[in-house]
Amino acid sequence: MSNKFFINCDEATAICNKNQYKEASFLEKLKLGIHIFICKKCRQYSKQNSILTEVCSKHLHKCEDQHKLTEMEKGQLQTEVVKRIK
Amino acid sequence: MSEKPKHTLNPNNWVGAHSDYLFNYTITRVDNSELAKDIVQETFFSGLNAQHNFRGQASERTWLISILKRKIIDHYRKINSAKGKAEIRVNFYEDGDKKGTWLEERVPKMWDNEAEKNIENDELKNALDGCINNLPEKYRVVFLMKNVQHYETQEICNELGITASNLWVIIHRARHQLRKCLEDNWFAK
Repeated sequence: MSNKFFINCDEATAICNKNQYKEASFLEKLKLGIHIFICKKCRQYSKQNSILTEVCSKHLHKCEDQHKLTEMEKGQLQTEVVKRIK
Repeated sequence: MSEKPKHTLNPNNWVGAHSDYLFNYTITRVDNSELAKDIVQETFFSGLNAQHNFRGQASERTWLISILKRKIIDHYRKINSAKGKAEIRVNFYEDGDKKGTWLEERVPKMWDNEAEKNIENDELKNALDGCINNLPEKYRVVFLMKNVQHYETQEICNELGITASNLWVIIHRARHQLRKCLEDNWFAK
């Protein structure tokens, strides 16, 4: 019974990572909370992990520009495709 | 009962009409422009060979994308299989009494308080980009799809042909590596 709620650091950090995307279940969050309460290293990890999330959302942005092929690349592609049309 | 006009294929126009769209679609999923170009080309070739399967119910572009999706999954399967194993850095004891607890050298270090507060810093962005580029491709793709493109978990699984638990293992490892990389290059300096 007790093992159900006590997890190791590997499992705890895995839940912590999932939780950064708000996709950890209630039970998972409970286990994580218990673990973090008793484990200083994972408490540290968890805090830094939130900072990592914050850094990513500050600095990583979707590039709105469309990626395009150059005219030359299209020309080559066109040649290759036409070659194969029978 | 509405009579829908049947779509047709016009391979002579594929490059002009669809190559940019397919390229843009591919590049967010493979993160490498040469490779994305090859995959688009292969998609057109496969399309040419499979023309007899086109039944005109979907548009030409939708049909080409369904071929492209298969190609992307094949590519991801390739990089996700054999070769990636060696790149994984272990963070925890893998067996024995200490199984699942932190390896001494991987325990999170104290971070500099000032650095923690100052996350708007432009140089931090460079450090982050550097760390992301150091991730193995299979981790980088998933991490960016999740954190930059903000795809739903299920969508990423469908697009790359992986299970949700695969995805979380990948995210778990990617984030461990990123945290450590930023610690070494920025926060614990």
